[in-house]
Parts: sequence; C-alpha cells; structure tokens
Amino acid sequence: MAEKFGDDRTRDMVDHLFRREAGRMAATLTRILGPGQLDLVEDIVQDALVQALRVWPYRGLPDNPRAWLIRVARNRALDRLRRSSTLRGKADDLKKWISQSSGEPGRPRESRFAEELSDDQLAMIFICCHPELPPASRVALTLKTVCGFSVPEIARALLSAQPTVAQRLVRAKRMIKRKNLPFQVPPPAALNQRLDSVLEAVYLLFNEGYAAHSGEELVRRDLTGEALRLISLLSAHPLTSKPQVHALAALLHLHASRLPAREEDGQIVLLADQDRSRWDQRLIEIGSRHLRQAMRARALSRYHLQAAIAACHLAAPSYDQTDWRKILGLYDALIEIQPSPVFRLNRAVALAFVDGVESGLKALQGIEDDPALRDYYLLPATLADLQRRAGRPGRAAGFYRRALKCPCSGPERRFLEDKLEQVEAQSSHAIQEDQP
Amino acid sequence: MPKYLLLLHEKPDAASHYSPQQMQDLIQEYVDWSERMAQAGRYLAGQKLVEGEGRIVRQDGKGLVVDGPFSETKEVIGGFFMIEADDYDQAVEFSRDCPHVRYGTRVEIREIDEHHREE
Repeated sequence: MAEKFGDDRTRDMVDHLFRREAGRMAATLTRILGPGQLDLVEDIVQDALVQALRVWPYRGLPDNPRAWLIRVARNRALDRLRRSSTLRGKADDLKKWISQSSGEPGRPRESRFAEELSDDQLAMIFICCHPELPPASRVALTLKTVCGFSVPEIARALLSAQPTVAQRLVRAKRMIKRKNLPFQVPPPAALNQRLDSVLEAVYLLFNEGYAAHSGEELVRRDLTGEALRLISLLSAHPLTSKPQVHALAALLHLHASRLPAREEDGQIVLLADQDRSRWDQRLIEIGSRHLRQAMRARALSRYHLQAAIAACHLAAPSYDQTDWRKILGLYDALIEIQPSPVFRLNRAVALAFVDGVESGLKALQGIEDDPALRDYYLLPATLADLQRRAGRPGRAAGFYRRALKCPCSGPERRFLEDKLEQVEAQSSHAIQEDQP
Repeated sequence: MPKYLLLLHEKPDAASHYSPQQMQDLIQEYVDWSERMAQAGRYLAGQKLVEGEGRIVRQDGKGLVVDGPFSETKEVIGGFFMIEADDYDQAVEFSRDCPHVRYGTRVEIREIDEHHREE
C-alpha cells in the first residue's frame, strides 16, 4: 500500500466543496429522477458525502474529489433504482452522468475559482423558488437543496426553530410532488415573472444575513455570502442575465461593500459614523459594473432604484456631503413601484435632511401605526433620532425605550441602550421641551 | 521505535445527520492530523474496515457460535491507524489530537509486540 500522507498531494479542499457538490449533485439527480423524488435525492447525496467521510480520513483526498463523489452518488442511485420498479428506466441517464461532468478521467481538473451554474442547477433554483411555494419555504428549500445547508444550519441562519424549518421543507417538497412542478428553466414567455420570485428569495436570503434582528451576530456572513454567490451565478448565466438580475446583483454587492465598516468590536457603526476607507472597493466595483449592465432595461425595477440609492451613499465623500435631494427623488420613484412602509421610513430620513427635521417627523406620522412596522425597531429609533436632532431629548428617550421593546440583536440592543443613555443625560440638563 | 495501533471505535450511523460542511471540516481535520504525523515521520498506515460486515466466531458449551453481521447501531471498530511513538505516553499524546476522539466514541491504543519479549 502506497504512502498517502507526507507526499506533495493537495491537502486542502476548496472552501465549501461539500456544500457546493451537494447542490450540484442534487440538481442533476433531480433532473434524472424527477422533482417528486427530492427525498430520495437528498438521501443519495447525503450517503455519498458520508461515504467520503468514512474513506478519505484513511486514504487521503482523492485526486478529483468531485468525480469521486459523483461516482459514489451514481452507484448509490443505481442501487436504489434496482429496488424500485418506477425508477428503473432512469438507469441509462444515471450512467451518462459521469461523462457529462468534469469527473471524466483525463480531463483537466476544473478551475478552483471559476464556477458556473449548470442548466440543472438553474432549473433547481427555479423549482425551489416556484411561485406556488410560500416565500419562506422558497428560502428554506433553496438553502437546503441548492446551497447544501442542513436543517439545523438553516434554522440557525433564519433564526427559526428546527421543527419549523423541517416542516416547511416537508410541505414544500410535498407541494412540488402534488402539483407535479416541472424541472426546467421556464420558457421565455414566463421567464421574467418566474425570475421575480427567484430574485425575491435571493433578496430575502441576503436580508436575513444582513439585518439579523436577534442573536449576537450583527451580520450572518454565511447567508450574505450565499446570496452574493447565487446572484452572481444567475447574472452570469446567459438565460438569466437580465437587467433586473444585474440590478439585484448591484444592490447586494453595494450593500455588502459597507459590511466591513458596519461593525466594530461587536458595536454597530451607523452610516453617518462609518470609516469610509474600510468600504470594500472590490465589491463596489463589481456592484457598479452590474449597475451599468442593469441600466439597459426598458423599465426600472425596485432593485434598480434601491441599487441607485446605495450607489448614491457610496459616492458621497462624507455623510455630510451625501446628495440627499437625489436620494429623496429615488425613494419617491421607489415608493411609486412599491409603497412599502420601510421605504417610506427611509424616505422620511432623506426628507429630514432636505427639508428639515420637522418635515421628516411629519412624514413619519403616516406610518407610525402601520402594523407591518409594529416590531421594527428602526421606526422608533428613527423617531428618536429626529426628536433628538429637533432638540427634544426627553421625547427621544421615550422612543429609544420603545425601540428596545422590539426584537433586536445583541449589538443593536447595546447601540440603542447607549443612545438612550446619551439622550437621558441631555434631557436632565434641558430646561423644558417645547412640545406637547 | 515502538509501533502502536490506534483502533478507532465509532457508531456507524454517527455521521448520517452531519451537514455537508461539518463533514468536510471533519475530513479536513483527519487529513491534517495524518499529515502532521507523516511530517513528523510517525505515520505508518491507516485502513478503513468494511462497515456492517463483521463476524465473531467463538466457542460455547454447545459448540461453535458465529455472530454478525451486526446491526448499524452497535459500536464497531471503523478503522485503524498505525503510528510510531517513543512510548505509550507519546502515543496518547498523538491520539489526543486525533479528530476521532471527538467524532468517534473512543480510540483504543495498543502497542504491537514486535520483539516477542519473553519477560
């Protein structure tokens, strides 16, 4: 037996190799076995990875880990087919699998960095994000089936209980089977509409990571990373390289570029106080490139406008030099497309800079009682900030206290407590507030 | 130098609920451990045993008894490493680092008797 360790073989696997391969293998198996067989597909993929865990510690990493996993998965699948009369006809397709993948012996090993979305994976994303499935299920199923997350990992990422996630997955798979959803990239006539629900899921995925409202982590990089990866792959695929896809890619990259400056020692750093030299220039560049490609659109999507707003912030040399008038105009246009209360809240912030604090406060009156914002700490926190700037620290303190009653993460809580302390100190010095 | 066999005890189905990322991380730990042992010139061999196949043959009052293959839940020896170490203390030291201590149920260390010592 040859010595496997101590020679000059590759010792490290590509980052997230198993997750990526789990997603890739699941996509091809689903095409071959049918979307009604997702449970079987998951079993086969899991079996192949477990087998690697049993063998590789003793033999070292194979020369081509991908090909090894595919071979094992294919053999497991063939085993299972022999026991099932309905699936027996799929064996030929399964046997072709190896020659279709880069696992073919003699072919150069795939680049470590370049990654492309195969047609199978694209079809998989479309089925996981099918508009027939509820949005929360789409995100969970995409994480499970496309991104290779486990149920506990999804639960942790989405801050849900494990049984809730498991149930969502079971229901989604059952629905796919019952409605006989086809495994295909939608035909051109339906593509744009179907793409909307894919983009919505990717946006949700990013937001879950970006704006975590409980737990100790301010940003869950696992999720923002997966969202960036998916949107990059989608924007690079010829079938999905559409303006709205580039717009979302721009938005997510531009947001992500500010992450390094957004947190310091577990404390939130607001946009106003961020060290702009810490913004990730590489992500800004990628985002700007996507934004230029997005502008070939005939109609602007909400993602176009949101990306333009993000770009506007990034273009300002300092917070004071932000072009608030332009941002206000973009929010006006955005609200016309989608009158979401969160966008109206942000519009009020811009308005306060353009027309003064009292105008901002007045604009907020319309949404103060919006049930969608009942647990959204940024509403009372924004009100508090405007009251403070209006010279009413007492009222500001009241709103900070209200914000602290909303669900928020550890860093957010500490941020609000600090602010509360500051305005309380101010209000004890203040003579009297000129406000009812 | 004395040779030691590390017998890796485990529950065969322990990994079935691991996530892909956990499995990859764990494999990397094993590979890193073997590599460290090899770099130090202490790694001799490692072999995995076929799962779920073992038999036990023994004699009881009535005659020969054959047990197995075994059910999936029983603890089994999943494989072994063979290493060199100065003495048991050092073999224990090396095994302490082995990821199997956390992933498996236990690591049993036995010295190979090469010299047929007759004391």
